[in-house]
Amino acid sequence: MSIAITTQFICFTVLSLVVIIGALGVVLLESIVYSAFLLGGVFMSVAGLYLLLNASFVAAAQVLVYVGAVNVLIIFAIMLVNKKEDLKPINNIKSRRVISTSICLTLLSLLIRVDLTNVWSLSSPQNSIGEESTIRIGEHLFSDYLLPFEVASVLLLMAMIGAIVLARRDVMSKDISTGLPVDQELIEKSSEPLLTNKN
Amino acid sequence: MEYGLDLEYSFNEFLKGFGLSSEIAHILWLPLPMLLVLVAAVVGVLVTVWLERKISAAAQQRIGPEYAGALGVLQPIADGLKLLVKEDIIPAKADGILFTAGPILVLVPVILSWLIVPFGQNLLISNVGIGIFLWIALSSIQPIGLLMSGYASNNKYSLLGGLRAAAQSISYEIPLALSVLAIVLMTNSLSTVDIVNQQSGTGILSWNIWRQPVGFIVFWICALAECERLPFDLPEAEEELVAGYQTEYAGMKFALFYLGSYINLILSALLVSILYLGGWGFPIPVELIAKFLNLPINAPFIQVFTASIGIVMTVLKAYLLVFIAILLRWTTPRVRIDQLLDLGWKFLLPISLANLLITAGLKLAFPQFFGG
Repeated sequence: MSIAITTQFICFTVLSLVVIIGALGVVLLESIVYSAFLLGGVFMSVAGLYLLLNASFVAAAQVLVYVGAVNVLIIFAIMLVNKKEDLKPINNIKSRRVISTSICLTLLSLLIRVDLTNVWSLSSPQNSIGEESTIRIGEHLFSDYLLPFEVASVLLLMAMIGAIVLARRDVMSKDISTGLPVDQELIEKSSEPLLTNKN
Repeated sequence: MEYGLDLEYSFNEFLKGFGLSSEIAHILWLPLPMLLVLVAAVVGVLVTVWLERKISAAAQQRIGPEYAGALGVLQPIADGLKLLVKEDIIPAKADGILFTAGPILVLVPVILSWLIVPFGQNLLISNVGIGIFLWIALSSIQPIGLLMSGYASNNKYSLLGGLRAAAQSISYEIPLALSVLAIVLMTNSLSTVDIVNQQSGTGILSWNIWRQPVGFIVFWICALAECERLPFDLPEAEEELVAGYQTEYAGMKFALFYLGSYINLILSALLVSILYLGGWGFPIPVELIAKFLNLPINAPFIQVFTASIGIVMTVLKAYLLVFIAILLRWTTPRVRIDQLLDLGWKFLLPISLANLLITAGLKLAFPQFFGG
């Protein structure tokens, strides 16, 4: 094995371990803040996997969109409503767990089947385009993938207008979650104490 | 444009002369430019800190640091040493892991971004194809580190500072990316080397600042906001928030924030000079000077001269911008949070969108001037 292939193998192993352990942590950890930060780590590792596949533009876009926008917004939202409350115990938790486990296992077996049946090896590895891929992605977005691209942008626009309607204080005079009249003053002012004591 | 020194090639050939394989030579080469750039970044910070102290003193009619070395040039080193030996405190009720990881997450993306800063045709760590886009992506990681340290400190000032920092970075990233996009549109490439080469035609006249004046101003404002410099230093507004997300930090962890913000300032100045001020280009093209002196452009003397001129010009332009940033910091008042967000969303965003649209139109109408 040459040095380049060994380096690639080590990187791949480390990145996959981080993805798997991080994803398990996102689901299993009690603290929602840790989950959110771990999610960022998982997104970063997925970007690293893209980088290993020579898809540098997709990797950078992954970092920009998922880490820089989605994950930051998730953390932002968690911190703005940083309320420590005891969660109510859910009824028949055991049967729920059985159902969700079986659904997850079914999905996993489906993925494994895809993995085993698909032919993964490229016809010729020399055909990988590498740096050209940015141009190629642009061409595809404006020719044969134009419709999905436009539909996605309309969807995002709808989501944005919905968010503005929810956030506008003159549209909603009552807080949706608490039912209290909305404080029309400073945005930064919080109605709850921001950090509760840990002890 | 395949001219210029290729140090990597010569280094590899040199090592192969000793009977080493090309792979080993490559591995031995790899750490050298990284170390060099890291050292350059840290020395750049020391110089900037000294400049900041001296210029702020001049702006306030003081003398500033004076006793540590001539004109106080050793003052930043004294500051650094002090921070190095201070006790490393983690507050009892803080979250230890996140508290430690926060400053690292702030510093690492900034240093990684130096990957794409070119000081000459071949004088950069790696000419990656996605170039400037890599910087935009990496700089979007920073808010996570800020939020993390703000949350982990378990202090309301820290939390508010972290939230403000994240809100500010998110809102100023969009006009920043849009004004970079206008440049990319003119260059047909994301690579920083291509962006500089596209401006090297007729010296100072072909710099992007003449073709993108609006983009230049938008980019500069956004870069200042991303660096959290006054007038946009709300996340650490000392009269309101003590020191924002840095409130609970001491010793080396605080120094990481400090280093991060100054490296980021120098990086932004370098990128402004690369995107809009011709990068390593001399105001008069070096080819013209060589022709005037009747020297061939490939002569070794001219090669070394071009490379050193390139480094000097890049650093000179960057430090001119750093000087303007420092002067702005000590002469302008801070904006309010609502003014800051208004400026970002209601002024800079529409303007940079219009700039992008007009650039695209001009590129179609006058391809010889705007096509790159």
